[in-house]
Amino acid sequence: MSNLNSLAYFWPELILTVTVLAAIVADLFYRKEESFKVAWWVLGGLLLTLFAIRIGGSAVTDLFMGTIALDPFSEFFKILVLISTAAVILMSFNSNELKDYRVGEYYSILAIMAFGLFLMASAIDVLMVYLAVEVVSIMSFFLAGYLKKNPHSNEASLKYVIYGAFSSGIMLYGLSILFGLTGTTKFFGMQAAITNLGPDSNLALILSAVFILVGFGYKISAVPFHFWTPDVYEGSPTTITAYLSVAPKAAGFAMLIRFFNQVFGDSNALASESWSTINSIPWPQLMGILAAATMTVGNLVAIQQNSVKRMLAYSSIAHAGYMMMALPLMSKAGVFGIMIYLLMYLFMNLGAFFVVIYVQGKTGGEDFENFDGLGWKMPFVGVVMTLFMFSLTGLPPTAGFIGKFYLFAAVIEAGTQYYWLAFVGALNSVVSLYYYVRVVKHMYLSGERSETVDMPTSNLVTVLLLAMSIPTFIFGWYFGPVANWVSESLVIYQGM
Amino acid sequence: MNHLLSWIIWLPIIGMVAIALIPRDKTELIKQVAAAVSGIQLAVVLYLWRTFDAANGTFQFLERAEWIPSFNITYILGVDGLSLPMVILMALIGFLGVFVSWNINRAVKGYFSLFLLLNTGVMGVFLALDFFLFYIFWEVMLLPMYFLIGMWGGPQREYAAIKFFLYTLFGSVLILIAILALYFTCGKTFDMLVLMETAPTALNGMLWWGMSAIKVIWVLLFIGFAIKVPVFPFHTWLPLAHVEAPTAISVILAGILLKLGIYGILRINYTMLPDGVFWFAGALAVLGLINVIWGAMCALAQTDLKKLVAYSSVNHMGYALLGMAAVIAASGMHGDNLISAQAGINGAVFQMFNHGTISAMLFILVGVIYDRAHHRDIDGFGGLASQMPIYTGFVAVAFFAGLGLPMFSGFVSEAMILIGAFPVFKAIVVISTLGILLNAAYFLWAFQRIFFGPANEKYNDLPEINNRELFTLIPLAVITVILGVYPRPFLDLVAATMNVLIDQVVSLGGLASVM
Repeated sequence: MSNLNSLAYFWPELILTVTVLAAIVADLFYRKEESFKVAWWVLGGLLLTLFAIRIGGSAVTDLFMGTIALDPFSEFFKILVLISTAAVILMSFNSNELKDYRVGEYYSILAIMAFGLFLMASAIDVLMVYLAVEVVSIMSFFLAGYLKKNPHSNEASLKYVIYGAFSSGIMLYGLSILFGLTGTTKFFGMQAAITNLGPDSNLALILSAVFILVGFGYKISAVPFHFWTPDVYEGSPTTITAYLSVAPKAAGFAMLIRFFNQVFGDSNALASESWSTINSIPWPQLMGILAAATMTVGNLVAIQQNSVKRMLAYSSIAHAGYMMMALPLMSKAGVFGIMIYLLMYLFMNLGAFFVVIYVQGKTGGEDFENFDGLGWKMPFVGVVMTLFMFSLTGLPPTAGFIGKFYLFAAVIEAGTQYYWLAFVGALNSVVSLYYYVRVVKHMYLSGERSETVDMPTSNLVTVLLLAMSIPTFIFGWYFGPVANWVSESLVIYQGM
Repeated sequence: MNHLLSWIIWLPIIGMVAIALIPRDKTELIKQVAAAVSGIQLAVVLYLWRTFDAANGTFQFLERAEWIPSFNITYILGVDGLSLPMVILMALIGFLGVFVSWNINRAVKGYFSLFLLLNTGVMGVFLALDFFLFYIFWEVMLLPMYFLIGMWGGPQREYAAIKFFLYTLFGSVLILIAILALYFTCGKTFDMLVLMETAPTALNGMLWWGMSAIKVIWVLLFIGFAIKVPVFPFHTWLPLAHVEAPTAISVILAGILLKLGIYGILRINYTMLPDGVFWFAGALAVLGLINVIWGAMCALAQTDLKKLVAYSSVNHMGYALLGMAAVIAASGMHGDNLISAQAGINGAVFQMFNHGTISAMLFILVGVIYDRAHHRDIDGFGGLASQMPIYTGFVAVAFFAGLGLPMFSGFVSEAMILIGAFPVFKAIVVISTLGILLNAAYFLWAFQRIFFGPANEKYNDLPEINNRELFTLIPLAVITVILGVYPRPFLDLVAATMNVLIDQVVSLGGLASVM
């Protein structure tokens, strides 16, 4: 579709752009103490964006001369991004860490990041992929280092920049090899060209696939590209840690699914129930090993942490690993599993981080010891945190179980050659129980049993925790409508 | 009532909600609500028992409701002669358990909420006929159990709770993989009634990594269930969890939760993978033997009375395994001996029930003495018979029942198992009778050390067993004695279902060459 015609389908992104500009301008008129009011502008913009997405209907087409796709698949991820952005903005009101800073641009940057994530979820041109990744990365560097008086935050930002620059450099190298081989930047053109390549270009093809995987792996923090994750997650403001562990990961998976299937898959990719790779790229094996390594490393290191925030950071690596199990399957069921898992993961992981933020505000720390006796002192927070922890472990009847259930079902359905992955995933779930239950143990089994009860004083905190915990519980036993929504969203632009 | 089974499952949840609404300092009211709810549940279960048609070996009181149609997940409940005794046992022990827990004084509200949740989970497992539903209930049991051991348990409670949790979750995820494998190989359904028909043939000849798919799924399910039973070598969580758990929870653990493993094997492995039964029966008998001997030897070595009782559970479950293995006697290959198979498998189910009542009594009695003396060291008492004659009487009943003395129900079930298993596993049966001897040894030796000999000065003014404790013990003791003298009502209840089961195993199993 031509550039001018595309604008009519670009309302959500346009509204988001206007929101960002309005927020920046509005920020100029606020004093430091009231700079948080920018958040309301951004929230309003996000709400309008959501309406624009819903009103836009389910057109399936390409925009801007085939650089981005408009389809229910990208809309699904855009909605996930919107929900998590809005939730993180609301939670930021209660953040102790942000109190000393002017926060106007914090909210504007979050909105820019959402814009970048939108592009990530819909890019079908490698140039757009690169642009989107850079927009998101640069905004993440800002946000990670937002606490400029806190050396940890500075360190996080610097580490993030170095790793980010390094991995996107490698990715760019891989993309340029691919461009050299195929002579185009469009996914579908590349796929057609790769089909016609002779066997002598296999080495170059595999090399480019691996290099590109470095960039994508960095975004979803897959092992062995995960080394930035714990330090960045620990140093960043906790609100941003929560955001980074959910939204960019979701968009990263969207991009990964689209890119690798539509460039390296056969022409049926993402259209029929299952498909295969073209040429001789050992994609399933490679992805399977990466998935197993990611969840195992994430879990084993998470066990050793003393800080709940850091534990959640490592466990988010493990969660990426669970979702990666479904990547090598090359089946619609696998993509479905990833999508539903991301949805469930959004609620339970944001919820867990929100509890950490709240506890940090109350007790001044985020170590396991700070959770001692919390279940007695703050019954409400204790119960919802227990729910989040069991959900993250994947125990029924919680949302996390349903996510894992669909993932495991996809793996088992794909055939016996993937059973080993299901075993590794299942054993990892057992391992993860150990450190998630440790939080519960500290909340209920350790520490003084307080006789006085401390309910959250802020209504906003209560509402947010409820907004995260109710879906975490309800989707655990009644997930029919959610599953329907996800399968309706599993319509992916297939090229003209 | 059409929704009788749903009521049985969800009543405790209603009670839980009610308890959640009561202020936490009204502890008496909380206990009364818990007792009332369990009492109503018991009444409903007894009504179910009276209206149950024992001559009919198939599922009754079926309930079906749409749940998640897009993944063929349905809400299906049903009861047959295998699940009904377990449901009765759970309702009874759940009701008595409330009174056993009457002394709980820390966080009463939390305790009884979790106690009722546990009740729902267990009932759900016994009554669910949809695999997905079954798995959800199977897991739901773990959460309250973790808290009940971890918060109200003994000194090592945290370690015991997490070990129990990790062990059982490990088993559960293997079961989940097996469930999914069955789902995708047998026509995409979780309906256990359908799977019982399709699975035995659908998996024939399917090879996974050069192994028969039947064997693979059998082993996955077996390990998952074996951890619950617990079968040697997966039993190491049990002594710890039993010893650390508060009395009522030990009672539930031994009385009911251990049966879930055997129930699972009979309900799922036996009906859906009958070929695997023939492949595995020998191993099952050997594992049963190891359980019998190993459990008895370990019990003999204990100085902690509760640990002794815990290991006696390992021993008793071993007999049940042996009895289950005897089912193959009914096939042509093993002599067409239907009576022997019936004796073995009915004996196994009877043994489950009897162990439920007897071990519940034993743990309650251990709790009684622990509440008074604050220790459980077998050698730390002596001469208690003169101080607590009534208590001594009940311990004698429980111990004699436990060691399998005639006139008590344990004798009947063990005799049936040994008679049933003898034609197929002669050597194993002969060796396992040694276990009976060891049984008698550790029970009698412990009895002697605690109750006879010179009286321990320290315990001169130990109060006698009180009425509340008697109330929890008498029903169990009466059942043990009645079923020991006249086991017919119980056997009539299960026999028809077991005949269907034997027929399923023998007619559908042994066809494909998994051997």
